[in-house]
Amino acid sequence: MISRRTALKGSSAAALGAATAAPAIHGAAAQARRETLLLISENPPNSTDIHGVGANRPAYEASWNLYDRLMTFGVKKDQNGVDHYDYTRLEPELAESWNLTQTSVTFKLRRDATFHDGTPVTAEDVKWSFDRAVSVGGFPTFQMRAGSLEKPEQFVVVDRHTFRVDFLRADKLTMPDLAVPVPAIYNSGLAKRNATAADPWAMEWLRANPAAGGAFRLERWVPGQEMVFARFDDWKSGRRPALARVIWRIVPQAGNRRALLERGDADISFDLPPKDFQELAAARRLKIVGTPVENAMQYIGMNVTKPPFNDVRVRQAIAYAIPYQRIMDQVTFGTAVPLFGGPAQPADATWPQPSPYVTDLDKAKALLAEAGYPNGFETTFSFDLGLASLNEPISVLVAESLARLGIRVTINKIPGANWRNELLKKEMPLITNTFGGWLNFPDYFFFWAYHGQNAVFNTMSYQNAEMDALIDRSRFTRNEAEYAEAIKGFVSIAFRDVPRIPLFQPKLMVAMRDSIDGYRYWFHRQLDYRVLSKG
Amino acid sequence: MLGLLARRLAAALPTLAGVVVVTFVMTRALPGDPAAYFAGPAATREAVEEIRRQLGLDQPLWVQFGRYLADLARGDLGVSITTGQPVLSDIAQRLPASAELTLLGLLIAAGFGIPMGVAAALRPNSWVDHLCRVVATAGVSLPTFFTGLLLVYVFYYLLGWAPAPLGRLDAFSSPPPHVTGFHLIDSALAGDGETFLAAAAQLVLPALTLGIFALAPIARMTRGAMLAVMSSDFIRAARASGLAGRTIVIRYALRNALLPVVTTLGMVLSFLLGANVLVEKVFAWPGIGSYAVEALIASDYVPVQGFVMTMAALYVALNLLIDLAYQAIDPRVRIEA
Amino acid sequence: MSALSHARHVLAENPVTALSFCLFALLALAALAGPALVPYDPLASSDRALAPPSALHWFGTDNLGRDVFSRVVVATRLDLGMAFAAVALVFVTGTLAGVTAGFLGGWTDRVIGRLTDTIMAFPLFVLAMGLVAAAGNTVANVVYATAIINFPIYARVARTEANIRRDAGFVEAARLAGASTATVMLGEVLPNVLPIMMVQVSLTMGYAILNTAGLSFIGLGIRPPTAEWGIMVAEGAGYIVSGEWWIALFPGLALMLAVFTFNLMGDGLRDIVDPRRRT
Repeated sequence: MISRRTALKGSSAAALGAATAAPAIHGAAAQARRETLLLISENPPNSTDIHGVGANRPAYEASWNLYDRLMTFGVKKDQNGVDHYDYTRLEPELAESWNLTQTSVTFKLRRDATFHDGTPVTAEDVKWSFDRAVSVGGFPTFQMRAGSLEKPEQFVVVDRHTFRVDFLRADKLTMPDLAVPVPAIYNSGLAKRNATAADPWAMEWLRANPAAGGAFRLERWVPGQEMVFARFDDWKSGRRPALARVIWRIVPQAGNRRALLERGDADISFDLPPKDFQELAAARRLKIVGTPVENAMQYIGMNVTKPPFNDVRVRQAIAYAIPYQRIMDQVTFGTAVPLFGGPAQPADATWPQPSPYVTDLDKAKALLAEAGYPNGFETTFSFDLGLASLNEPISVLVAESLARLGIRVTINKIPGANWRNELLKKEMPLITNTFGGWLNFPDYFFFWAYHGQNAVFNTMSYQNAEMDALIDRSRFTRNEAEYAEAIKGFVSIAFRDVPRIPLFQPKLMVAMRDSIDGYRYWFHRQLDYRVLSKG
Repeated sequence: MLGLLARRLAAALPTLAGVVVVTFVMTRALPGDPAAYFAGPAATREAVEEIRRQLGLDQPLWVQFGRYLADLARGDLGVSITTGQPVLSDIAQRLPASAELTLLGLLIAAGFGIPMGVAAALRPNSWVDHLCRVVATAGVSLPTFFTGLLLVYVFYYLLGWAPAPLGRLDAFSSPPPHVTGFHLIDSALAGDGETFLAAAAQLVLPALTLGIFALAPIARMTRGAMLAVMSSDFIRAARASGLAGRTIVIRYALRNALLPVVTTLGMVLSFLLGANVLVEKVFAWPGIGSYAVEALIASDYVPVQGFVMTMAALYVALNLLIDLAYQAIDPRVRIEA
Repeated sequence: MSALSHARHVLAENPVTALSFCLFALLALAALAGPALVPYDPLASSDRALAPPSALHWFGTDNLGRDVFSRVVVATRLDLGMAFAAVALVFVTGTLAGVTAGFLGGWTDRVIGRLTDTIMAFPLFVLAMGLVAAAGNTVANVVYATAIINFPIYARVARTEANIRRDAGFVEAARLAGASTATVMLGEVLPNVLPIMMVQVSLTMGYAILNTAGLSFIGLGIRPPTAEWGIMVAEGAGYIVSGEWWIALFPGLALMLAVFTFNLMGDGLRDIVDPRRRT
């Protein structure tokens, strides 16, 4: 009879070999700690493939660090001396150089670049990857389209190391769109070997098995818990990263994340409540970096097709009734840029910029009375529960303030999974929402959010021919002065008609230990492991 | 024994059927639209409808139910949106984490609860009795998430005695080679002392949280059973014969009182397995409880379905085990089929 | 010995139980009169956010400047009310179902047995989560969900009690006297079962309160800005580490006090009603 003791003895004899090796491994691990970054966050990535269906934001971070793209953006310093990507400068990544003409751009690829498995990178791989991006639908195809990258015919393999993109039209967004996370370069040979007839783009396989050639390899992924990256030592598309390993751990409880950072048991995190960032910055024990998110805005939206919000005076009244400063103090705790109290006419051609509205209840009451609602009215205020930490207190404060005008507000909390659908329906009269675009051009923002094409992001169903004309002109003009005038024009209309009331421009806040250097703000708001170092 | 097994399984089938139906209806009623999710952030209404057709979500409910049953029969529990993995592998991976935590919590609860119950039973209505009752009741009166948060705050943040609440292992340890999925057992089997200690250290606070919560029913049941036994004839006879107090208590009384206590332990175990969703959230424990909650919040109904089905099957198995253990311990007990 | 003197005897012998009855009186007072007596409007935000406990704000203020003391007291009504509603609902339905099953036996017994088995096959808290998530985050749904998950306990206890008394002498007598089954069941068996069920009620009240709090912690059920103990603990949890301990501690203590009271009361009631069943 095999007793537990004999069974254990048998297995431990076999394990003895492993056990004696263990101390050596642990010794090496201790040293590797200095080259290892421990990143903690609330939401886990659900894929390593940015083309995957329903890939979430954290998945973009995985893709960014695992995969290469043809080009990347340069870097500049922002007003706080923090590294900030420079959207005016495109720099080589996989492509060593390129030749840009009116109708196309031709890229020369690096000859010595390989994927993680050692296979050389060729133009075939780039074509396959781009074809995939425009074919799979959903978010990646939408993002490619934003830069007029729509058909596989545009992508041409000239030779093994030369790749050309033909333009469908003159679009200033095409080149920057090639440097966003979506057109990542996949190891097409490896992917095709794992594709099936039913799944020709290997969507299933690539979710958890990156076919990549970026600066980091995927060492381990335990979905929902952790993702571990290891430096790819043969990476040729940029400077060798300082970090040998990045461990990304999921810690759902916000208080625990703060505790871990403060005690030094974790290195870096984005996901802390605004108040914690403010306090940690004051305590000076951690490095806190806040960067205004470009081309992004939290706003109050009013559906102009739903009375009484079809009356501009009502909308303006509400714009005067918002408790702006209290929201800044009690909701954002200094982690946002105010977008109220600006000049009467737009000062420059930037976006976002502050609206001319301030909290002025008397003016609000007068406007409401003029519009025929001296005793207010009833309405519903909806928001996305998935972002409750910001939206909930905003809704409470706004409802309280509107009540003073006699506007009786019922708060309607929409579960995160429903929010997108509700936005599509365009039935909600009054909402708070956030919107931002990867490509930092005001006309890009306005095209999606204000244009009469009535995209899903035009949550207010706003239609104004004059606005549309200005937006269209700004998108395609090459004349600097005309561009600036058009922008100031449509911003001015946006403030006058105020279908959406700007509240603030969010800042991307990150907390890290003092020893961490090299943090760079990217438009995709995810962490770039390639530039970080631990001092 | 085999006959009992067969009868019990047969009796469990209608229950399981009921569970399948209820789970299906409940998860279909969850808010959230997978079609909108899959269609992407900028999809038009038409695109969403198209995806809905592709996913078969526009079919009448009974057709969807048929597909659900067919998938279930093949062991296909679907794919989770939030993790991107097949639900079956997610559950297989996470179940040992919950089981290990719950068992340890139960051990702690029994380790304190049984002696407390015995002490209270030996001195009924004394201050010891009242103290035991107050302590046990206090433990069960706090919500588990509150206890967990307090313990983290005091023992990790303030005192630094406990390790960071990062899950089953700290960031720099790797899991031991997989045998049972229980880190303590696996690392012991592999002879890896460092991992064993690391896993044990991470287990202390969450197991304590669960243990505090499970303390009361165990202490109570022990006290009640001991009281009943202590007043029985055979104990009186033993006392009259002059046997030492300790011998009476431990060798005779406790052994006989153990039966209802074992039943309570089984009940508490099943209750804890469901209740530890909150503890798992606080301690970042990668168990099935937190898995189900995350999926539920995201309206990702496939994992919720899979989770509920798994738990129901587990419960049936657990109850069966308890009944069998019951019969093994005390053959006098008749069990109605 | 009359019921009252018996009760007084038990309470005198058991000071802890007596204490629990006093606490219950306090809670009931807070629930009934609280909203009228609190110093501040529990929903009114102010500029004095995150202020520690002081003479002005006994329990301090939360992140939106609301007075924590007022919120804790006002929440008593909601939490106790919801628990009471859920328990009342399950008491009526569970007892009736259980008595019917235990008294009539046969097919009725089997059906009700299957129903309770199906409910008990789910991890109860997860079932509550699922029900609320599916049906919507309202007070009513939380009440229904709590009632449903407690149904098996009541049904089982009532069934056992009815089963025992089914063949009792007085029941035989009533049947021989010509009373119908329904009359016998409702008129003779039910009143005898009720005292035991009352004990269960007290214990379930505590559990119902914890259930509501747990759901709020995950984000289901009641949502802010409503003042409810569970939400307040959940919201306050994020502020513990940064040092604003009062936001989570006071509602947590109130929760604990309420559940504690009901649990001890349950023990006390059990001693009064049926001393043989003391555990």
